Amino acid sequence: MNALSKDMSGPLALFANRLNTLAGPERQAAAGALARTGLPDRKSEAWHYTALRALGKQDYAAPPAQVDDGAVRALLDEVLRAHPAMAGLPRVVFVNGRHAPAFSALPDDVDLAFFAQAPRFGLQAAPDRDPLVALNTALAEDGLYLRVPAGVDGGHVMLVSLGVAGAEPVSFHPRHTVVVEKEAHLRLICVQAGQGAYFHNPVTDIVVEDGARLEHVTVQTEAAQAISLGTLYAHVGHQSVYDSFVLGLGGQLARHEVHARLGATRGVVHVNGAQRLAGQQVGDITSVITHAASDCTSRQTVRNVLDGHARGVFQGKVLVERVAQKTDGYQMNQALLLSADAEIDAKPELEIYADDVRCSHGATVGALDDEQLFYLRSRGIPEHEARQILIDAFLDETIALVTDATAQTFCRAVLAARFAGKGDVA
Amino acid sequence: MAGHDRAKWAKVAYPPIDYQDAHYYAAPRKKPGPKSLDEVDPELLRTYEKLGIPLHEQALLAGVEVPEGERMPVAVDAVFDSVSVATTFRKTLEEAGVIFCPISEAVKEHPDLVRKYLGTVVPAGDNFFSALNSAVFTDGSFVYVPKGVRCPMELSTYFRINAKNTGQFERTLIVVEEGASVSYLEGCTAPMRDENQLHAAVVELVAMDDASIKYSTVQNWYPGDENGRGGIYNFVTKRGACRGARSKISWTQVETGSAITWKYPSCILQGEGSVGEFYSVAVTNNHQQADTGTKMIHLGRNTRSTIIAKTISAGRSDSTYRGLVRVQPKASGARNFTQCDSLLIGDQCGAHTVPYIESRNMNARIEHEATTSKISEDQLFYCRQRGLSEEDAVGLIVNGFCRDVLKELPMEFAVEAQKLLQISLEGSVG
Amino acid sequence: MSQFLEISGLCARIDADGQEKQILRGVDLSIPSGEVHVIMGPNGSGKSTLSYVLAGREDYEVTAGTATFHGQDLLAMEPEERAAAGLFLAFQSPIELPGVNNANFLRTAVNAVRRARGQEELDAVAFLKMAREAAKALSMAPDMLKRNVNVGFSGGEKKRNEVLQMTLLQPTFAILDETDSGLDVDALRIVAEGVNRLRAPTFSALVITHHQKLLDYLVPDRIHVMARGRIILSGGPELARQIDQEGYTKFLAEVA
Ligand SMILES: Nc1ncnc2c1ncn2[C@@H]1O[C@H](COP(=O)(O)OP(=O)(O)OP(=O)(O)O)[C@@H](O)[C@H]1O
Ligand SMILES: [Mg+2]
Repeated sequence: MNALSKDMSGPLALFANRLNTLAGPERQAAAGALARTGLPDRKSEAWHYTALRALGKQDYAAPPAQVDDGAVRALLDEVLRAHPAMAGLPRVVFVNGRHAPAFSALPDDVDLAFFAQAPRFGLQAAPDRDPLVALNTALAEDGLYLRVPAGVDGGHVMLVSLGVAGAEPVSFHPRHTVVVEKEAHLRLICVQAGQGAYFHNPVTDIVVEDGARLEHVTVQTEAAQAISLGTLYAHVGHQSVYDSFVLGLGGQLARHEVHARLGATRGVVHVNGAQRLAGQQVGDITSVITHAASDCTSRQTVRNVLDGHARGVFQGKVLVERVAQKTDGYQMNQALLLSADAEIDAKPELEIYADDVRCSHGATVGALDDEQLFYLRSRGIPEHEARQILIDAFLDETIALVTDATAQTFCRAVLAARFAGKGDVA
Repeated sequence: MAGHDRAKWAKVAYPPIDYQDAHYYAAPRKKPGPKSLDEVDPELLRTYEKLGIPLHEQALLAGVEVPEGERMPVAVDAVFDSVSVATTFRKTLEEAGVIFCPISEAVKEHPDLVRKYLGTVVPAGDNFFSALNSAVFTDGSFVYVPKGVRCPMELSTYFRINAKNTGQFERTLIVVEEGASVSYLEGCTAPMRDENQLHAAVVELVAMDDASIKYSTVQNWYPGDENGRGGIYNFVTKRGACRGARSKISWTQVETGSAITWKYPSCILQGEGSVGEFYSVAVTNNHQQADTGTKMIHLGRNTRSTIIAKTISAGRSDSTYRGLVRVQPKASGARNFTQCDSLLIGDQCGAHTVPYIESRNMNARIEHEATTSKISEDQLFYCRQRGLSEEDAVGLIVNGFCRDVLKELPMEFAVEAQKLLQISLEGSVG
Repeated sequence: MSQFLEISGLCARIDADGQEKQILRGVDLSIPSGEVHVIMGPNGSGKSTLSYVLAGREDYEVTAGTATFHGQDLLAMEPEERAAAGLFLAFQSPIELPGVNNANFLRTAVNAVRRARGQEELDAVAFLKMAREAAKALSMAPDMLKRNVNVGFSGGEKKRNEVLQMTLLQPTFAILDETDSGLDVDALRIVAEGVNRLRAPTFSALVITHHQKLLDYLVPDRIHVMARGRIILSGGPELARQIDQEGYTKFLAEVA
């Protein structure tokens, strides 16, 4: 595929060395697609609000074979310390996109495999439509394959992705697959953390089969210099539930993109999320929820709290196909701007082709509610504290939507550890 | 011109138009003004009748001289195939100091005014269709309301595409000085043709301190037949600048016609405390496509905007609300409220809502709500239990659905608009 | 007087969340013209369902039986045809029509029905005069005509609005589904008077109620008790009083 190199202008050039030495038809096709489209810029509607300029001018090397164990241990401990229950949960730890058995504590009741041994690209991700998926497809080295057999309660599994970069920026592109078979149940907690300058580009392919249930919480606390652009596909079967939540706190540029497809009747999807950002951070929650069968329900609540020069992005599309009669879709996104330089860009979107539906969305942007603030202060609470209470409450309402109690407590703990006594500097 | 993106923003599909092929400008043959209604083109009269314009107004519209002392509620500038053929009530308006004339005439008689404002709100290079308009526009209306004057009557331009294969590219400029106000109505029709015709008008509004402009449109250009043949391509650029403090621009539109509609009447809210409003009803049936909405750009402090958009899709049509609310860093205290509701009639149509919400000011407040639903069976049954036919019940409920917008229209137009809604939904139920 | 409403063996079901639910299980009922009949019965026994089926609501599927009105097959008619033929249903929960002006709605309905009956339509002025008088007779605030149909109306106001519609539409057969519930004492009397004003040898009513109170004003001709989708018992006005005092348990036990 040497012919590719001349087409790789712009950010793509950063990966040129690695893209020119690929094996296998999937990877080559993906690299070909990538060469045709390049990485998206803001002219692409899906990336209207998030520029990839931040990918920088430097090359992204493949991660080194050896990583400092002490650094990994420290990062992992910080994750596990957040909540006493975490250390006891089964976990699969990836360091720079590669499975790190020494740090994992593998679960028993589920079936596990690794991409490095048996590559699986899944059926849903479309390299030809999404350049970041193409990049992942071309460069993926490892990833988790997790299957909960039919009827089994797989309990909790933690998927911990740690980025550890030294002087040279690295990029890693793990490819995960999660299958919850018929009538099975899984509580998946994904944690992303790290140190140094790295680019994390995971693609996750999820299938929730008929009557199954997946509760999926992602806590994103990537390193301050990290770029994290994750794409997730979820297929939701008949009477099954995919209940997801993302808490976005870290990275200089982070995007959590979810494509959830209700492919059979009576499925339920929740794509909730919260971001709290400051400094120069850019955080993007993007989702496409497709109702492709009748009698399905989707719910989405996303909130952003933005301080400093931070910019929050929410793009949420609900697509109701012609067959999807009796769809019940609701979406709400809200933002609080805490500083004069913060910015929110939101694009909630309804695309509807069936008539017997109930779909609505709402959006609000603003500062804290003056009346609430006054009420608290009239009860003797100092203004700073009153603001803090309201900000916490604003985010906490989204965390309250997390149905898995352990994950919920974990989210609260992470948030508290990061923002205790800080936060509202305006 | 060729370098411009056509309609990337919009969600419409149309066969490529051969812009060389459209006759940009067809001047109607000059004839002496008719002396009585009998002399007026009967097709023209039928159009008026369909619009529910009372006969004495029809006489006025058709340029028939009327005896002194008749009630004269609406001054009309009738534009056929891009040329102003009749402007009524010039005298009364002149006495009030209001200029209302074809823009071709304004260029000659008020060159300074035209030069000062034309193209300042919509520059020629703004988009492909405005560029096309700037290059080929032939006529349109010019309104100037001097300081402190409340325009004594509703002003109206009545557009009609008459000739075959004509593009209509008129240009409208309305300037309202400090403390002045005007209400402007725009009606559009085109008779049936089975080729597509293009309408690419440009409208610019300028409001100074405490000025107010109300711009109302009822658009029922020919939508094409039930198989989607023919019909007008309606690609219009409309933009208002609230330059002065506390100025106000209000767009109200009822869009029932055209094969494809692509328009986003916008407000640039520059003046402190200025107000922008957008009230819209868009109805599509058969194979029509509409992609319409607004842009509210908040630049000044304490600027406010309200958007109420009602979208109704029937048949095999597609209708999209697309809107931008942008609050810039200096617009402290800015407020926006948006309500978009879509109604689907039948299971072969589509209704889409695509708002862009951008805020860079912590003291701004934006609220957006959107719903999509069909007419409730309960409501339909309730009406039918009271004896209404299904079609009438749908009409009634649709009118109720649109009420918040229709009530913004001047009386004469509101009645006409209600009829149009009913007509355009004909055959969509049952 | 001829039997102008004849219901026999009427069975109806509904598709509730994909499951067929049988509600009416063979209703037999005949109402001669000029009479006021009452249906009482426990909650969920199918009273409202019967009224909806008679008015032609599509959600209910008639699986057996017949209903004739003036000898015509009622079940074959569209809802608006039934209305034009003189059937009026005062809904147990009146529907809200956002944005639809009450006066305008009433006039449209009245004229649609008049047109169907071969009567001359009313112009706005004549109609408003009539509507205002009718509203006044029902002690409705004048602004009720200007507001949107049932939107933001209190429970009692909605019920009065139903009776106002009935008064204006001049039905020959009115079904009042719990029109008395939620009414204060004065309103109850006013509503009853509204019905009584319509009483004539050519007018009949089917009153669904849980309370004796309304019947004190209306003086019904017959009382029917409905349970599990059937009329299980019929009797004279004394039956209502008996139920009011003793409840349904005894009657249900007797038939079971
Ligand atoms: N749309 C529906 N979906 C599901 N069940 C229904 C529906 N309509 C009616 N039913 C059921 O049918 C039964 C009869 O209902 P109906 O409303 O006719 O009772 P009712 O006798 O009028 O009761 P009430 O005295 O409480 O008004 C109830 O069990 C009710 O739940
Ligand atoms: Mg009932």
